[in-house]
Amino acid sequence: MRINLKYGFLPRRSVYALLMVLFGLIVIGCKSENDTPDPETDTPKPVSWVKPSHFPEPVYDMSKNPLTAEGVELGRFLFYDGILSRTNDIGCGTCHQQSAAFTHHGHDLSHGVDDQLGTRNAPSVQNLAWSTSFFWDGGVHDLDFLPPSPIQNKVEMGETVSNVMVKLRNTPVKGAAFPVNYPKMFKAAFGSEEINTERMMKALSQFMLSMVSATSRYDYYVLGDATAITAQEKEGLVLFKQKCGSCHASELFTDFSFRNNGIAPNKIDDQGRYAITLDEADRLKFKVPSLRNVGLTSPYMHDGRYKALSEVLDHYANDQNSSKTDSIYVSPTLDTLLIPAGQKRGIRLTAQEKLSIIAFLKTLNDQQFITDKRFSDPGVGTVL
Amino acid sequence: MKLKYISTYLLSSFLVASIALVSCSNDDDVVIDPTTKGDLRIEFDNVVGDRDLALNTGNYQNAAGEAFTVTTLNYYVSNIKLLQADGSSYTVPKDSSYFLIRESNVESQTVTLKNVPAGEYTGVQFIIGVDSLKSVSDISQRTGILDIGSGPTNDEAMYWDWNPGYIFLKLEGISPVATSANSKFYYHIGGFGGRTAKTINNLRTVKVDFAGKKASVTKDLSPEVHLLADVLKIFSGSTQLSIKANTGVMFTDYSQNIANNYVNMFTLDHIHAD
Repeated sequence: MRINLKYGFLPRRSVYALLMVLFGLIVIGCKSENDTPDPETDTPKPVSWVKPSHFPEPVYDMSKNPLTAEGVELGRFLFYDGILSRTNDIGCGTCHQQSAAFTHHGHDLSHGVDDQLGTRNAPSVQNLAWSTSFFWDGGVHDLDFLPPSPIQNKVEMGETVSNVMVKLRNTPVKGAAFPVNYPKMFKAAFGSEEINTERMMKALSQFMLSMVSATSRYDYYVLGDATAITAQEKEGLVLFKQKCGSCHASELFTDFSFRNNGIAPNKIDDQGRYAITLDEADRLKFKVPSLRNVGLTSPYMHDGRYKALSEVLDHYANDQNSSKTDSIYVSPTLDTLLIPAGQKRGIRLTAQEKLSIIAFLKTLNDQQFITDKRFSDPGVGTVL
Repeated sequence: MKLKYISTYLLSSFLVASIALVSCSNDDDVVIDPTTKGDLRIEFDNVVGDRDLALNTGNYQNAAGEAFTVTTLNYYVSNIKLLQADGSSYTVPKDSSYFLIRESNVESQTVTLKNVPAGEYTGVQFIIGVDSLKSVSDISQRTGILDIGSGPTNDEAMYWDWNPGYIFLKLEGISPVATSANSKFYYHIGGFGGRTAKTINNLRTVKVDFAGKKASVTKDLSPEVHLLADVLKIFSGSTQLSIKANTGVMFTDYSQNIANNYVNMFTLDHIHAD
């Protein structure tokens, strides 16, 4: 297990042993029951997906898509392979990079095929088993229906799912730098070489479901290691719960709601959730994002307008430039939590409190998650 | 046609009589044995007023007096129910009741309903679109014409992946009054009512009464109901749709006006007995 020793975290053998069990997210099953694997068997090997003990129950119904070693592996290849794009060079992993907790490092907006720019900041791919909806506007409700969105978006991958499957069926491609035999991988995962929409989406879901981040220093602290975080970080945690916890709630650090947090509409006047529901009450509302790994996912907000966490807190505190400046954009849907009675809009935070909260937020960085080989590019990916 | 009708009728009557060993006591009526089953076909013939629809080449004019040609016309037909004079009906099994009618594909324009209980049908009812239950069903339920990733649904882009749901009716064409850069107009009408939040609902149920005519299904008679779908009705009805004023209508409140128009675009032309 890789722990960020630079924080001076003292390893404790017993805690580790406990964590190994709790966070054994993908334990490739059947070893104890089947010590001598039969190479003749075509049956995919079940993977036991273990919920971190302090997390709520997942939302995704895994009984309808049981994880297997071969299914997850196929999903990993599909996730990273540029074959999903029209130009064969943009994979999911292009904009969802592991080192940045599966966001697009250094990009406020991402660029897809032919260097076309998107309109929103690439969200983190983590803990999706708990997500009640996907994307900043929550348009998609079921993980199995997520991949067509980026694949078919003209400025992201610019391809059709139909043509992706045609290309997959024609693998392995002779002379390819990294030849992958997808029909063979589909057979290993699903019993036959048939490549269809359901199988492709379920394989991608299996991989994404396996991507659980629950091994940050904060997690070790919550699970009983009082030394895992510093005094300032603990102070930040207390403040965070008071000042931020109503929206960034639960161990997922989001309540999955859509809110207008008072950032001014951008140049394209992105109305967020409204585009999905056409409900006036949803204007300028965006999904409350999880804050897990937030120290690794800069820039912030739906259009990546803030580079640093300090800028984000300055916005919420409404003291961006001077005490006279009001950075909160007032509109009918502005979240009432930012309108305290009889006070200036925003969340009151002192400079010291901001520092503590930021210190705490960085304890949510999960080094193990961003270096876990199970989630890494198998060699088919492209980073642009 | 008439000769064929009579000969088929006689042959069918003979077969029914001989196989079922039921004597033909009435020369005027088809013998219906309600315990048997047969097929019924519905042809969706897309027209523009009194003219046949010809993609790309036909020049037409809508109620607003705007000239247009049609480049694409697709629509889903689902949840078909066959109606009888006594008020009873036969509902086609749900999973065999989804069709995507495409003007560019002749085969798609005839819907074959199999194993229909023998009977005299006097009308038909169906949904234009894909019902809400199916629209939120899981990926394993999206096969055939509802497969979002392959086949006609994907090729014709009849599914919104960013706000998941099928496009119930897609009409695209070219008009000199269109305000788009390429003179094209786009009507993509969908919206099943929303999954977790209430959204626009453009599911519309069409009922076509055969006005005294009957589609008699027997073990041997497979009637074909020939429906006309009039593109001009998409432009008129409760709202007069102007290409100039509304060159593109997709997921907006205005789309409901178009759905309220096209719900009335279907009429019966004729019924082939077999």
